[in-house]
Amino acid sequence: MTSSCKNDPKPTVKNESQVTAVSEDLEIFDYEGLAPLLNMKDDKTYVVNFWATWCAPCIKELPYFEELNQNYKGKNVEVVLVSLDFPRQYEKKLIPYIKEKNLKSKVVALDDPNMNSWIPKVNKDWTGAIPATIIYNKNKREFYERSFSYDELVTELRQFIE
Amino acid sequence: MKTLKTLFMLTAVVLMSTGFTTVNDVGGGYEIGDIATDFSLKNINGEMVSLADYKDAKGFIVIFTCNTCPYAVMYEDRIIALDEKYKDKGYPVIAIMPNNTQVKPGDSFEAMQKRAKSKGFGFPYLIDEGQKIYPQYGATKTPHVYLLEKTKKGNEVMYIGAIDDNYKDASAVNTRYVEDAVDALLEGKEIKEKKTRAIGCSIKV
Repeated sequence: MTSSCKNDPKPTVKNESQVTAVSEDLEIFDYEGLAPLLNMKDDKTYVVNFWATWCAPCIKELPYFEELNQNYKGKNVEVVLVSLDFPRQYEKKLIPYIKEKNLKSKVVALDDPNMNSWIPKVNKDWTGAIPATIIYNKNKREFYERSFSYDELVTELRQFIE
Repeated sequence: MKTLKTLFMLTAVVLMSTGFTTVNDVGGGYEIGDIATDFSLKNINGEMVSLADYKDAKGFIVIFTCNTCPYAVMYEDRIIALDEKYKDKGYPVIAIMPNNTQVKPGDSFEAMQKRAKSKGFGFPYLIDEGQKIYPQYGATKTPHVYLLEKTKKGNEVMYIGAIDDNYKDASAVNTRYVEDAVDALLEGKEIKEKKTRAIGCSIKV
């Protein structure tokens, strides 16, 4: 049961054994819980950005992902913002940030400390630096360990939707 | 494979170029078994430090780290502990701050001095002025560890990656990657995990 307004999700906690902070305003996953979002087999193209409120280059490019979501949601594109904020800061920093910036893209939090096990599953070439982004659909997948401008994002996305 | 070829070319360019101003790419950098470059970088006390200064060392725990990255901060105490544990066994910690301080004023030389003093760093905390060293190593984030062993060929890269497998809670760590690697070297054994990964803050250019 998902609320129609993505910005105001109901309390949802996946994989309760792994969840260390529970919030009413945030979906929190371990990697196993997140993995389906990285492997959707429907007709959409997904732009998945790994970020955190404490990561300056992430915050700089976040508006471009929001803009992309706004401009391309009619073209079967969905932006997912995966926050790597620390659990103790979900209430203090992440949720206030989501509200203050009125983020429209889907935001989820990934809390899984055993990074060496899941980073290579996201992408074999990822050294672990953020920001990092995946663009994929059922036919094609690219991984980017870099920052983006809006135009650069559009250029990449077009290779998936045209 | 195209990417491999590109990687090779990039590495070749890196090796050949001495000026070396444009390579901030993730593509270069060391693999296990490569010989790591020495350097002469300024320590927080103003003195220049090189690996060659350490005549008695068996190797080095080189850690690219900084003041401002929350992951680096969470690992500070563990970095201090690594140095205390292994300095006398021949593997001192050498910390290098790789960020562009214009972009991250919180990592300025003065800020580094302050942080080192307040935390009581017992190891050199060097600034990669001009950002020429970290791209040669291939560091992409902080913290990022390169364990080196002195060999006849030079300082050979033995381990690359994370300090351990739980950034959040030192008491919940299952595998201490760096300690296990140094212990293996001390015992003359093969290092089990030579490369690991962790989330970190991208190095600011």
